[in-house]
Amino acid sequence: MTEDIRSLTARLAEEPSSLAFLELAEALRRRGQLDAACKVARGGVSRYPGLADAHDLHAHILGDLGDLAGAFDAWTAALQLDPMRAGALKGIAFLYYRAGDIVAALDHLQRAAQADPDDPSIQVALERVRSSVRAQGSPETNGGAAVTPPTLPAASPFEGIEGGEEGYLLVDGGGLRLGGALRSPSGEETGDRVAAQLAGISREAARATRILGLGAWHSISIESPDGQLYLAAPTADTVLLTSRDRAIPAARVGLLAERASRAARAWLEGLG
Amino acid sequence: MKTSGDVLDRVTRVPGVRGALVVAATDGLVVAEHLMDGVDGRAAAALAASLVGRLARTAAEAGLRHPAFVHLRADAGSVLVAPGKDDLVLVAVVGPEANMGLARLEMLDAAGRLG
Repeated sequence: MTEDIRSLTARLAEEPSSLAFLELAEALRRRGQLDAACKVARGGVSRYPGLADAHDLHAHILGDLGDLAGAFDAWTAALQLDPMRAGALKGIAFLYYRAGDIVAALDHLQRAAQADPDDPSIQVALERVRSSVRAQGSPETNGGAAVTPPTLPAASPFEGIEGGEEGYLLVDGGGLRLGGALRSPSGEETGDRVAAQLAGISREAARATRILGLGAWHSISIESPDGQLYLAAPTADTVLLTSRDRAIPAARVGLLAERASRAARAWLEGLG
Repeated sequence: MKTSGDVLDRVTRVPGVRGALVVAATDGLVVAEHLMDGVDGRAAAALAASLVGRLARTAAEAGLRHPAFVHLRADAGSVLVAPGKDDLVLVAVVGPEANMGLARLEMLDAAGRLG
């Protein structure tokens, strides 16, 4: 047993509710002790069923063990908790590719690339799958409804609202931008990258407040030295992020966010 | 520097605060806690560490530095989180009746003394 595995095992024994199981299972997996890794990961999943990292790691181990159906189920569970989890999207894409469902593989890889544009392995996998698409015809144009982005009205949900052009971001449950735009303090457009980070945040917040006996969540405010962010859920499937300078009082940002939430709800109802 | 116990004592004196913990952000372990009955400290620690990690990544993607304070509001209360030094995070669970302005100021001050 190596030193890191010994110390992680001791840490987990001392504090069974800690997240040390993630490191321990991964360390065991890397050493090829797959049965032991699987046991540790399974224990973590049963203790933290709402933790996407646990399902993702469990899926990796099951995949290494050759249990592809189990891996698929575990990655699906990870994506239910965090729909833009790049590792799980990549894993499911691989399983679809192996099963010959190129369109589904391509769809998942494209989402993985959105979630983690800096991961070169996703670009390599995308190119490989696209080569298969070219070799087989063109499912992207023949049966590619799954990879066609939804059509949205041109109008912004935040037209006419103070700071409406670049201070609000409406995001779907999968971490994709539905409307609005966001600029960093240095002026860089950051909307899509921020949207990807917000995938599944609503579920995570709901789980935290439920476990702590606080009922349903309705907002999160985040204060940074450079600015403040405010998250709300205009609908069950969407999250609205409001971004403002630190100079604006936090309570006022909350009021602006409420107004923007109402506008977003009305806009979404208009789509339906 | 104050000990974690001193810091928690000060935060839990704010009316409406049901409990507070010092958590290791990396692994979600409880370093110290001062909780009323019925608050699951270990769950609060793990969930707060996970949520704050994700919100820190969101802030970073938005071009902002690491959050100094996070306030998660819910129907029956709130979770307040103030990251301190050395990977430590101060977490408080508060009821809806709490003076949120005072709790926030105490949390920010207390988090600055951690470490």
